[in-house]
Amino acid sequence: MNTPVTTPISVSGLTKSFGRTRALDGLDLTVQAGEVHGFLGPNGAGKSTTIRVLLGMLRADGGTAELLGGDPWRDATDLHRRLAYVPGDVTLWPELTGGEVIDLIGRMRGGIDPRRKAELLERFELDPRKKSRTYSKGNRQKVGLVTALASDAELLILDEPTSGLDPLMEEVFQDCVRRARRDGRTVLLSSHILSEVEALCDRVTIIRGGRTVESGTLDELRHLTRTSVDAVLDALPDGLAALPGVHDLRVEGNRVRCEVDTARLGEVLAGLSAAGVRTLTSRPPTLDELFLRHYQPEATR
Amino acid sequence: MSALTGTRGLVRLALRRDRVRLPLWVLWLGLIPPSFVSATERLYPTAAEQLQYARTTGNSPTFLALYGPMHDPGLGGIVVQRAGLLSVVIALISALTVIRHTRTEEEAGRRELLGATGTGRAAPLAAALLVAMSACLVSGVLVAAGMIGQGMPAAGSVAFGLQLVIGGWAFAAVAGLAAQLTVGSAAARGLSLTVLGAAFLIRMAADAVDGLSWLGWASPLAWAQRLRPYAGERWWPLALAVAAVVALTWAAGRLAARRDLGAGMLPERLGPADAAPRLAGPFSLAWRLHRRTLYGWLAGFTALGAVYGGLAGGVQDMIGDNPGLREVFTRLGGASGLLDAYFASVMGIMGLIAAAYAVSAALRLRSEEAALHIEPLLATPAGRLRWAASHLTVAAAGSAALLAAGGLATALVHGLATDRLRADLPKVLGAAMAQLPAVWLIAAICVALFGLLPQLTTLSWSAVAAAGLVMAFGAGLDLSQPVRNLSPFTHVPQIGSADFTPAPLIALLVTAAALAALGLAGFRRRDLALG
Repeated sequence: MNTPVTTPISVSGLTKSFGRTRALDGLDLTVQAGEVHGFLGPNGAGKSTTIRVLLGMLRADGGTAELLGGDPWRDATDLHRRLAYVPGDVTLWPELTGGEVIDLIGRMRGGIDPRRKAELLERFELDPRKKSRTYSKGNRQKVGLVTALASDAELLILDEPTSGLDPLMEEVFQDCVRRARRDGRTVLLSSHILSEVEALCDRVTIIRGGRTVESGTLDELRHLTRTSVDAVLDALPDGLAALPGVHDLRVEGNRVRCEVDTARLGEVLAGLSAAGVRTLTSRPPTLDELFLRHYQPEATR
Repeated sequence: MSALTGTRGLVRLALRRDRVRLPLWVLWLGLIPPSFVSATERLYPTAAEQLQYARTTGNSPTFLALYGPMHDPGLGGIVVQRAGLLSVVIALISALTVIRHTRTEEEAGRRELLGATGTGRAAPLAAALLVAMSACLVSGVLVAAGMIGQGMPAAGSVAFGLQLVIGGWAFAAVAGLAAQLTVGSAAARGLSLTVLGAAFLIRMAADAVDGLSWLGWASPLAWAQRLRPYAGERWWPLALAVAAVVALTWAAGRLAARRDLGAGMLPERLGPADAAPRLAGPFSLAWRLHRRTLYGWLAGFTALGAVYGGLAGGVQDMIGDNPGLREVFTRLGGASGLLDAYFASVMGIMGLIAAAYAVSAALRLRSEEAALHIEPLLATPAGRLRWAASHLTVAAAGSAALLAAGGLATALVHGLATDRLRADLPKVLGAAMAQLPAVWLIAAICVALFGLLPQLTTLSWSAVAAAGLVMAFGAGLDLSQPVRNLSPFTHVPQIGSADFTPAPLIALLVTAAALAALGLAGFRRRDLALG
C-alpha cells in the first residue's frame, strides 16, 4: 500500500484551453487528507475540466497538478486504483443492468464488497435488475453513487453527484459522505446544492471563469464577506456612513440598517454602542449570498 | 378530443424530419426493378435464352429459396424473381420507419413534449403508419409505371408494384403493433425483425421445398408473390394482405389508445442483479457489447456462404453458354479457371462486407467515447490502450470469424454437392482468409482516424465505400491501375493460381499494423473528446 499523502489533491496555476476557449486560467485547488472539500462554481466555470485533468482524461496545458502524490496523466492507471469517481452525467450501457454495471466497475477497480453493495442498493432504493435504458436520470446517478460508495477507495471524486436525486435520497447521500469521512476517506465534492455543501464540507473552493476566487473554511469565507446589521439607537451617530467597512446604509428615524464587512464588525459595533443601542440584530451572510457575490459577473457585483 | 387528434401535424413533422431519407428509399426501391428489364435483355436477348435461364438457374433451389418462385419463364418472370428480395427490403425499411416515429420518439421523451399539446393517444401511431404506407405506395406506383414504361404488360406491372406495397404495408403494421407491445425501441425492432425473419424463412421453405408450398399462406412475403405478375395475375391474395394489415392496425390502435406513455404490453424482462463472475474488465465488457451483433453477422455470413456455394455448381453452366457473363467474371476475378475466378470474386465481396463489420466494430471506440461511457471505465485502473485493445480485438477476431464462417459454408455446400469437399475446402477457405489483411487494413484506417482526428472517425466508412466502388466498377469503368491499387482488395492474390505469392499479404499486414500503432499512439497522447 502507498504511504498516506497529506494533500491528496494539489493543483496550482492550472491552465487548459480548448481551441480558443480558455477553460482553466490558473486554477488552484488543495484538498487535505480526510476532509470533505466543496468545489463550487457556476456552470462552465471549469469544475468538470479540472476533475478530468485530475483523472488523466485531459492533459493540462500549464501549471501543476498532483493527485495522491503522483502525476495524474502519467501515473493514471496506478492512481485510479486508489480513487472512485462519479461523473456528473452518469451514462450507462443500455443493455446492462444497473447491478452489472456496479459489479463491473467495482471489479475493475479491484473488487467490490457484496454486503456493502446490497446495503447501499437498499438505502438508495435502487432495483439493480433493471436494464440501464429504463433508468431515469436520478436512478442512473444512483448507480454511479453506489459504485463509488461501495468501494474502499481512499479518495472519492464526485462531480455534481446528486443532480436528479429527490430530497430523501439527498439525505441518504449526505449520510454516506459523512460515513466516508468517518472512515478517514477524502472527498472532493463538486456541487451546486448549497445546503449540501454547507452540511457536508469542511472547506470549499469557489472558482469562476477557470480561476479560483476563494478558498477556505466556510467560517473563513463568511469572515471575508459582510454581515447584516439592523439596530435601533438612542441617537444617530455622526459619520456612520463614513466608517470603513459600512455599505448600503439605510436610515429610518432611529433605525439603522447596513451591511458591514465582517472583518470590521467590531469597530462598527463600537461606533453604534457609543450612540446607545436599544435593539440590535446581526446576521452572518447566508451561503447563498456568499455565492451570489462570487457567481455574479464582474459588472453587476 | 379523439385519439387521432393532431395526426395531420405529426405527419408533417415526420415528413419534415425524413425529408432526405424518405424520398431516397422511395425512389431507390421504385427505380431499381424497372432497370432490371434492360439488364436482363442485355444478358439474355432472345426468348430462347430467357427460357433456358428460367428453367436452369431460375429454377435452381438456391434461386427459388433466396428470390422466390419463377412463375413466368420469360422476361417479366425473370425480372420479378430478381427483384424478389426487394419485398424484404421494403418490409425492413417501413418497419424501421414506423418504429423510429413511434417508440424511438417515446423513448427519447419527445412524445411527452407533444402529448402535452393537443395530440391524441393514437395519433403518433396513425401518423407513422400513414407516412410509411404512403411511401410504400409511391414506390409501388413507380415500379408499375416504370415497368409499363419499359413496354411490359399493364396488369402484370400493377401486380408487380403491389408486391412491394404488400411487403411494406404488412411489416409497417407489424412494427406498429410491436411498438405498442414492447418497452423501448430496441425491443420493438427486435420483435419486428424476428417476425420478418420468420416470414422470410417460411417463404423460403415454401418455395424451395417440394410439398411445403401450403406453408406460404403463413407468410405475407409469400402472399405478395402469389399475385403472379406477368403469369396470369391472381388478385385475391391482395384481399388477404389488406385484411391482415387492417387487423394488425386495429389491434395496435386499440393498444395505443389504452396504454400508458412509456409502457408496453409485454413486460420488460428484468436482468441479473449481479454481474456474471467473468464480467470484470474491458475485454469481457467489449465481448458483452459486441457479441449479439457478431452472432447476427455470423448467421448472415453463413447464409451468404451457403448461397455462394450453392450457386457455384451452376456457375459453369450459367456462364458457359453466355459470352457476356463470362467476360464479366474473368474481369472480376483472376484469369485461371472459371470456378477459381468465381470463388475469388465472391470471397472478395465477402471481404468487403467483413470490412464493413470490422469498421462498425472499431467505430465503437468512438461511440463509447462520445457517449461518455468511457469516463467511468478510464477512471478505473484500466488503461487507455487496454480499453482500446478490447474493442479492436473483437473487430479483428470477429472479422476473421466471419470470413471463416462464410468460406466454410461456401466450401461445404459446394463440396457436398460435387463430392470434391476435400479438394475444394482448403482452396475456398484459403481464398476467404486471404481477404483478412485487406479487411484489417481498412479497420486500421479507422483506428488511425480515431487516434489522430477523433471527430472524423466515421469518415472510415468512405474507405469501405471506395474499396466497394473499385471492386464493383473497377473493371467496368476501366479505372486506371493506380486508382485500383488504392483499394487493399486489389492486392489480395488469388489462392491456387500459379503466380501466387504471399508478399502482398505481408505488405498489407505491415501497413495495417503501422496504421493501428499510429492511431493508438495518438489516442494515448490526446485529450478524450467527450461528447
